[in-house]
Amino acid sequence: MNVHAQTTLTPAESSLIDGFAGRIADLPGDADVTVRRDNALELLKAGLPTRRVEAWHYTDLRRLLSAVPAFKPVSKAVAVSPLIDHAVLLPVLDGVASNRDARLPDVAVSTIADRLIDGDMSERLEAADLHDTVAAVNAAFVSDGYWLEIAEGASLEKAIELQNVHAGGQAHSRFVVKAGAGSKATIVERQTGTDEALVSSISHLEVGDDAQMLWIVLQEQPDMVSYLGQFTASLGKNAKLTLFVMNSGGKLVRQEIKVTAAGQGSEFRLRGINLLAGETHCDVTMVLDHLAPDTYSTETLRNVVTGRANGVFQGQIRVARDAQKTDAKMACNTLLLSDEGGFSAKPELEIFADDVACGHGATVTEIAADHLFYLMARGIDEKTARGLLVKAFVAEVIEELDEEAVVEALETRLDAWFAEHG
Amino acid sequence: MLEIKNLHARIAEDGTEIIRGLNLTVKAGEVAAIMGPNGSGKSTLSYILAGRSDYEVTEGEILYNGQSILEMDPAERASAGIFLAFQYPMEIPGVATMEFLKTAMNAQRRARGEDELKIPDLLKRVRAAADELSMDMGMLKRPLNVGFSGGEKKRAEILQMKLLEPKLCVLDETDSGLDIDALKIVADGVNALRSPDRAMVVITHYQRLLEYIVPDTVHVLYRGQVIKSGEKDLALELEKNGYAGIIGEAA
Repeated sequence: MNVHAQTTLTPAESSLIDGFAGRIADLPGDADVTVRRDNALELLKAGLPTRRVEAWHYTDLRRLLSAVPAFKPVSKAVAVSPLIDHAVLLPVLDGVASNRDARLPDVAVSTIADRLIDGDMSERLEAADLHDTVAAVNAAFVSDGYWLEIAEGASLEKAIELQNVHAGGQAHSRFVVKAGAGSKATIVERQTGTDEALVSSISHLEVGDDAQMLWIVLQEQPDMVSYLGQFTASLGKNAKLTLFVMNSGGKLVRQEIKVTAAGQGSEFRLRGINLLAGETHCDVTMVLDHLAPDTYSTETLRNVVTGRANGVFQGQIRVARDAQKTDAKMACNTLLLSDEGGFSAKPELEIFADDVACGHGATVTEIAADHLFYLMARGIDEKTARGLLVKAFVAEVIEELDEEAVVEALETRLDAWFAEHG
Repeated sequence: MLEIKNLHARIAEDGTEIIRGLNLTVKAGEVAAIMGPNGSGKSTLSYILAGRSDYEVTEGEILYNGQSILEMDPAERASAGIFLAFQYPMEIPGVATMEFLKTAMNAQRRARGEDELKIPDLLKRVRAAADELSMDMGMLKRPLNVGFSGGEKKRAEILQMKLLEPKLCVLDETDSGLDIDALKIVADGVNALRSPDRAMVVITHYQRLLEYIVPDTVHVLYRGQVIKSGEKDLALELEKNGYAGIIGEAA
C-alpha cells in the first residue's frame, strides 16, 4: 500500500505524528502490535481526512482538529461517580486502567494493556480502510482499557460502568466486551475529563446468541476536547442490543457506530441525544449492516442545537441480499434554537434484498408556537415553557428505555445540561 | 370584570380583519354565552383574550378588572386569573401531565406571591379534582393530552380550570366532540365553579350546551361584532329560528 503524504502537514497533524516517537517506548504491545501501530501511523502521515472524503464530508477533520496537546507525564485524573447507583466501576484514568484486579461475579475482567502483549489485540488494531482515522489514531496510541467476558446465561444484577477519564493531554483507550449466549447486561461507557485534550476511545462488543445488552455512551467532555469515538458491535442469533448515545460536550466530537446484525432474528436499537451548545461540532456516523434474515433495527436521534454549534448525523443502513424480512426505521429530528447553529443529516439506505421494510426521515424544526402558547396560557412563563418543550423533545427518547433507574439517571444528566445551558 | 370596547383585531400574518368593533361587558358572577355562526369570530375572540400572538389588536381596548391586558403576555394574563379552555387542546409529547400541572400551578402561585405547593398537597388536589370529573389518575401519568380522546381532552381542560382557580373563564366550544354523558360531567364541573366573584364566557355554536350551563346573558356574534344581546331566552330563539332572523334584523 502506497500512501502519499499531502504537501504540508497541519500543526495538529505534525504534533500527532511527531508525538509518536516519544510515546512508543511507553506503549504496551508485542511485536505484532508494534507493526500495527506503525501501519496506523503511516495512515496518519497521509494527512487527516478532509471534506473531500465522503465519510468525512460534514466533518473536515483536517480543518477542525486545530491542535493536538502533548501527553502529560503525570496522571491526575479521578474517577467520577457512576451514572447508575451501585454500578461496578471500571475506570481508565489518563489512559491507564485503575481497577486492574477487579473481581466480578459472572464476568472475567482483564486489561487491554495485558491483551496488547498476549496476542489477542493485534487484529483489532487494523483500520478498516484508508479513512478509518479514528481507528488509526487509537491503534497508534492505545495504552489500556478493559476486556470483559460475560458468562453464558448470566444476568448481571449490577450495571458496569467503563470510565474513560482524563485530566488533559491525550488519552487513548479500548474496551472489549464479549457477552456470552443468553446473557443480559447493562454497560455504561462514560467519556469525560477536566482539561484540553485529544481523546480516542474504541469499544468492541460481541453480543452472543439470545443475549440482551443495553449499552449507554455518555460523552460529557469539557468544551476544549477533541473526541474520537468508535463503537463496533456484532449481534448473534436473536441477540438484542440497545445502544443509547448522549453527546453533551466536547469541542470536536466524532462518534462512529458500526453494527453488524449478523445473526438471524437479531435486533438493534439506536437511541441518540445530541445536546449541542457553544462552538461544538458533533458528528455521529453510523453504518449498520443487516446480514441475516428477520433482523430488525430502529434508529431515533433527537438533537438540540443552540449557540454556534453544528451537528451531523450520517446513518447508513445496508441490507445484504440474504437479509430478507429486514425491518429498519431511522429518524433524525432536530430542534434548532439558534440562527447561527446548524445540523446536517444524511440518511442512506443500500438494499440488496427484495423483501424488506426500510424507511428513514429527518426533520429540523423550531419550538412549535402553538405548544408554547398552550403552556403560557396556563401561566408558565416563556423561558420555563421553552425549557419544558426542549426537554420534552429529547426526554421522549430516554423514557423509551423503560428501565426506571436508567431513565432517572439519564434525566438527571439532562437536567444538569439544561441547568447549565438552558 | 371584563370590558371589551370597540375592539378591532386582525390576523397578524395576512392582515385579515376578524374582529370589527366588538363591545362586550361581563360582570363578576355572570355567565355570558357567546353564540354565532361559523366564521363570526368566536374562537378568535377567545384567543385574543388569552393573548395569542397570531392576532393583532388594531383598535379598542380590553379591560380586566379595570386594567388593560393588551400589553400582557399569555402567562401574565393566566397568572392574573384569565383561563382559556381550548376548543382543541394541544397534545404535547414528552411533557408529563402531572409535571405540567405542578409547573403551571406553582408558576401562578409564585406570580401572585403565594407559596409553592408541596407534592403531597398538589397530589391531593389533583386527585380530588380528577375524581369529580370521573377522570382516571392513570391518564395523568401520560404525556399531556397525548392519546386522549376528544372527551378526555375536554375533561382535562376543565380539570386544569378547577386546579388553577381562575377569575375569568373562557370556554371555547367546550361541547364540541362530547357525547351527552361527557357533556353532563363537563357541565357539572363548570357549574361547580360558578361563584359571585368569577365570570365565565361560554362560546358555543349550539344551544345544547346552554341547557346544562345556563347563562345569565347571551350575545350573538356576527362578522366580528356583537349584534344582539339578551337573556337566556335569546338562545332558545336562536335555536328555533336560526341566525338568519337576527342577522337580518341587525343589517
